[in-house]
Amino acid sequence: MNQIQNFTKGFIKENPVFVLLLGMCPTLGVTSSAINGLGMGLATTFVLVMSNIVVSLVKSQIPDKVRIPSFIVVIATFVTIVQMVMEAYLPSLFKSLGLFIPLIVVNCLVLGRAEAFASKNNLGASIVDGLGMGLGFSFALTLLGAVRELFGSGKLFDVTIYPEDYVSLLFVLPPGAFIVLAYLILVINKVKKA
Amino acid sequence: MNYLVIVIAAVLVNNIVLMQFLGICPFLGVSKKVSTATGMTGAVAFVMVLATIVTYLIQKYILDSLGLQFLQTIAFILVIASLVQLVEIILKKASPSLYQALGIFLPLITTNCAILGVAILTIQYEYNLLEGVVFAISHAIGFGLALILFSGMREHLDLMDVPKGMKGTPIALLAAGILAMAFMGFSGLV
Repeated sequence: MNQIQNFTKGFIKENPVFVLLLGMCPTLGVTSSAINGLGMGLATTFVLVMSNIVVSLVKSQIPDKVRIPSFIVVIATFVTIVQMVMEAYLPSLFKSLGLFIPLIVVNCLVLGRAEAFASKNNLGASIVDGLGMGLGFSFALTLLGAVRELFGSGKLFDVTIYPEDYVSLLFVLPPGAFIVLAYLILVINKVKKA
Repeated sequence: MNYLVIVIAAVLVNNIVLMQFLGICPFLGVSKKVSTATGMTGAVAFVMVLATIVTYLIQKYILDSLGLQFLQTIAFILVIASLVQLVEIILKKASPSLYQALGIFLPLITTNCAILGVAILTIQYEYNLLEGVVFAISHAIGFGLALILFSGMREHLDLMDVPKGMKGTPIALLAAGILAMAFMGFSGLV
């Protein structure tokens, strides 16, 4: 597999959210607006790329038996960095993402890539894989957030598209997350086959 | 009275799965049969209460007293991971029948965000130890309620004539959406 395929597989073909169904908690939890989805996606991308780099660099030093706990510590370190930087520079985003920032640690996507890809491949391929998967995740979260924001509050990235009298509040409430994701998966499955 | 409010809020109003979106992976992953859903609920309840107690003590007596609050995420996830391992070893020796019932679900629990989420929320809401335990138990009940209801729905869905493109995940998510809508009826209860 060449690098370009390695990079683009995360967008549609192996999209972590729509196809692999990984990292569903933040996917459903923070996507009440497109900005929140994008912020969460980029934070996860950072953690994913950095942990892929470290895991791929130290993979030969870690004994096989303790590799999972070691990966978790590496991931938790980068999550703590994201948490502190975001609290300092983007306090409003930090507040709206809330609990889901520390919960990046238990996002199966990050641990999954460390275990399935970075611990078996070289540095370059691991970075590309982390970027591709992370941006695919961001794409999915932003799309889901945009659809929910558009139907639920008549806005897109905080810009009003149509008046609030016509919105259906259900889309920004929790049930809307499940329903919109169900239809997005349906559409992506159709696109993938075409 | 305070405890009753915590219980009602956690089980019905802010249901951990349907309203707060924690623990979605087992919610979608092990909800195909009612029997596996029950087993998973037992394992989650067990670890959730234990993890909340241990992480609470670590936060109060180690992290807070040494001023190391920024290590919370790392410390908690390590504690939960080793706790799950420990529970597995003890159960295997002490109660083989319980281990048989919960065994296969235990390793999955480390990456269940409901456990870490409840542990962090207990600290964030500044509960004391007893309130924390009540909080954890009621969240576990809420988790079980949502999971078992949903697995019942999925067992029925298997018998339905579902449109081709909707089969599998999309129809399950739609059913979850409708279940979440039903739970929205509880909002305003406390």
